[in-house]
Amino acid sequence: MNNIALNNVIRFVGLLFLQVFILNHVNIFGHINPMVYIAWVFLYPVRKTRGLFLILSFLLGISIDFFSDSGGVNAFAITFIAYFRLPILMAVLRKSDLDYAQFNLKTLTVNKIILFISILTIIHHFIIFSLEYFSFSEFLNIISSTILTSIFTILISFLGFTLFTKKK
Amino acid sequence: MRQIIYFIKKFRYFLLFIVLETLAFIVIIQNNSYQQSKFVNSANAITGGLYNKANYINEFFHLRKDNQLLSEENARLKNLLEARENKFVLDSFTVIDSSLYFQKYDYSTAKIINNNYTKRNNFLTLNKGAKHGLAPDLGVINSKGIIGVIKNVSPKFATVLSILNSNSNINVRLKNSNHFGTMVWDGKDYNITQVIDIPRQALVKAGDTIVTGGKSAIFPEGIEVGVVKDFKYAQNKYQIINILLFNDMSAIGEVQIVKNLHKDEQINLEQSVVNE
Repeated sequence: MNNIALNNVIRFVGLLFLQVFILNHVNIFGHINPMVYIAWVFLYPVRKTRGLFLILSFLLGISIDFFSDSGGVNAFAITFIAYFRLPILMAVLRKSDLDYAQFNLKTLTVNKIILFISILTIIHHFIIFSLEYFSFSEFLNIISSTILTSIFTILISFLGFTLFTKKK
Repeated sequence: MRQIIYFIKKFRYFLLFIVLETLAFIVIIQNNSYQQSKFVNSANAITGGLYNKANYINEFFHLRKDNQLLSEENARLKNLLEARENKFVLDSFTVIDSSLYFQKYDYSTAKIINNNYTKRNNFLTLNKGAKHGLAPDLGVINSKGIIGVIKNVSPKFATVLSILNSNSNINVRLKNSNHFGTMVWDGKDYNITQVIDIPRQALVKAGDTIVTGGKSAIFPEGIEVGVVKDFKYAQNKYQIINILLFNDMSAIGEVQIVKNLHKDEQINLEQSVVNE
């Protein structure tokens, strides 16, 4: 139990710094900055009690906002996907109940992991860019930014996931 | 009562979710209004301090370029001095006119420790704050043009509303004709900004220089901003004028802060006219 808590603290700080010091400045093709910090939502253990998870996700989002001067945009988006993570996971697995203690993302097939990551990433990025542009007349910009950034976020999250998980 | 407790218990995660989202939404609304200073910004001791540390390492990679910029500016300023001295030497007698020394602007230097230019609404962080005399609504420029306007200050750090922000409206004019317009940014390319509201009788050509106008109380008049890249003239007015900035907004480090010493006087006068 202690080990999991320590893991989560390291992951929280690690993802925060990775995002604000490196990924916010990579500028692929001049303007794409992948938002890999949402890997927090993919990797946090799935449990029946979700209060702490929601609060921590909100805190991670608001920390990113403090660093990148984006108001509460990141906090809003990450809390949203944190709340809807469980329903989406159920939908991806086509199950109505989970064995919470046994569940581990590593045990899923590659297709399902990618589908799960992609749905959450696209929802998150769409919220972020909608709130950032804040106008209907720029709908096409919102969609194009969402798609382009999502591709890189999904790619990096998935590569990171496969590289850093030990196969048993 | 029991029913209420049962209800709260049943929907506790949903309620927590709503509370957190409302909190985030309040912060977003507060952030989008231009008048209010915002609470969530990078000008606090923690984020500012960390950005300062990161920048300390990062700036070594730009030393060569920074030196070159400095020496270019030195050369330009020396040329200005030279021209001025000649003028005084030619005078046969010395006139000390105290009105010549009327100082309208005060300059100080600062360094950008966090630069953003790819988002729709960009903010920068400076390594100086209220302790060094910075305050909201001071202009930020560098040797090649304007950067933005200070938005929030903490004792040691400040955030700047970049010209690459949807809330940025800078008064500019054509260098050769005094026709005023407003500079905004459409969020597409960080080298290109847009000027709107230029009157239709103004003659605009591609390649014309755009400078800051003197209408705002923030920037001195006549700081060069960029050149006209192209424009669209339809329905008897200028729809949009694209400006290619002199500044490379992706590579800015050392900046100057402009303080208008007579700003309060100007604003008070303008306000009193409005109130009448």
